Amino acid sequence: MNGVHDMGGMDGFGPVVREVGEPVFHADWEGRLYGIVGGLLGGVGVNIDEFRHAVERIPPARYLASSYYERWLAALETLLVEHGVATREELRASFAKFGADAGIDAASIARAVQTKGPAPLKEAGDAKAPRARFAKGDRVRARNLNPPGHTRLPRFVRGRSGVVARDWGVFVFADTNAHHAGKKPQHCYSVAFDARELWGKPARTRERIYIDLWEDYLEPIESKSKSKPRRKAQARKKSVRRPS
Amino acid sequence: MSGDHHNTEESGPAARVKAIEELLASKGLIDPATVDAIVDTYENKVGPRNGARVVAKAWTDPAYRRRLLADATAAVRELGYAGPEGGHLVAVENTARVHNLVVCTLCSCYPWPVLGLPPVWYKSFAYRSRAVSDPRGVMKDFGLELAPEVEVRVWDSSAEIRYLVIPERPAGTDRMSEAELAELVTRDSMVGVAKVAPPKRAAR
Repeated sequence: MNGVHDMGGMDGFGPVVREVGEPVFHADWEGRLYGIVGGLLGGVGVNIDEFRHAVERIPPARYLASSYYERWLAALETLLVEHGVATREELRASFAKFGADAGIDAASIARAVQTKGPAPLKEAGDAKAPRARFAKGDRVRARNLNPPGHTRLPRFVRGRSGVVARDWGVFVFADTNAHHAGKKPQHCYSVAFDARELWGKPARTRERIYIDLWEDYLEPIESKSKSKPRRKAQARKKSVRRPS
Repeated sequence: MSGDHHNTEESGPAARVKAIEELLASKGLIDPATVDAIVDTYENKVGPRNGARVVAKAWTDPAYRRRLLADATAAVRELGYAGPEGGHLVAVENTARVHNLVVCTLCSCYPWPVLGLPPVWYKSFAYRSRAVSDPRGVMKDFGLELAPEVEVRVWDSSAEIRYLVIPERPAGTDRMSEAELAELVTRDSMVGVAKVAPPKRAAR
């Protein structure tokens, strides 16, 4: 989804400011929340891509007004309800008991954006690790994709050309995994983009942005050396990596 | 609208998190002791000292440096560091000609096992937005000015790879031990917004 979370290249947020002291957690609740999310989600069938998408589905104005852990809290509440871990009524009753303000309502978050949360789809049987379509040195273009659901293809790179710098091997595809629509394992590449390609002439020449992009995000620009990458790809026998 | 304030109101997130923790505990879905352990781990055990040890070892042990650059996940595990957000680590090395900077524009992905949880500035909208479009400007916010001829490489952690910058070893440290060197290595230098400063004590 083209959400406000996809903020690479945006202006107006001001200078980067360091805080004094830099505590790991700024209040007990941040630590408790971190522990709850870490200790719970995998066990109730929520994967990391789905969690990230739940953060992205927070309405933009609220996203920008919330701290990092406030966004985590909103995502957790959304997922607890969507996965049937707790009902809205149970959550409300518990909030009332502890004197919590009305605040974010999990269901309203889920409804506030058109994109749906996880559908209880059966995961398609995972195909075997596929061959790499691209190899180091290949020129590629990031596709102009605008999926309504989760994606890790930043807007600032869509339609732009770069060069494959590394093939990281086969990874679970975030776009489908976030929606429980299959793991769709495929190669993920580090693609180097020249700053001028992304930001135009005023950008520096000696700057490159390396972005990790799944194969489905990429299309070839030219296929000078088709045979060589194929040979390399066949030699590769990596097992499918799962998001940690 | 900075997104990096911290809400400590009793009726706000604090109460909601308490309510959720109790509800989930009553359902037997979480054990508060497990939550305690996770909090303790990231407040007291996992942090940038881990990464500093990795860097110092890479500075002093050429074979280790090669292993780290070839497979950082395995090399980091040699020192006993592993865990969430550390399944696919990659080390990128700064030199006199190349400077690396790490960001996650889409959320705040970060190599937890070697650096701990990210600082507020790493998660800030200012950093996430500008690190890719104005990396030298972001470095200036940290007081770091690179020579124009230095190539800047920005790594956007958009998939499951997590990056650790190996900063340049400062001059005047030839006689320092690995442990002493580790003391010099800062978290910021392993994200790429700073260099490692030479030791403060006067060189003899």
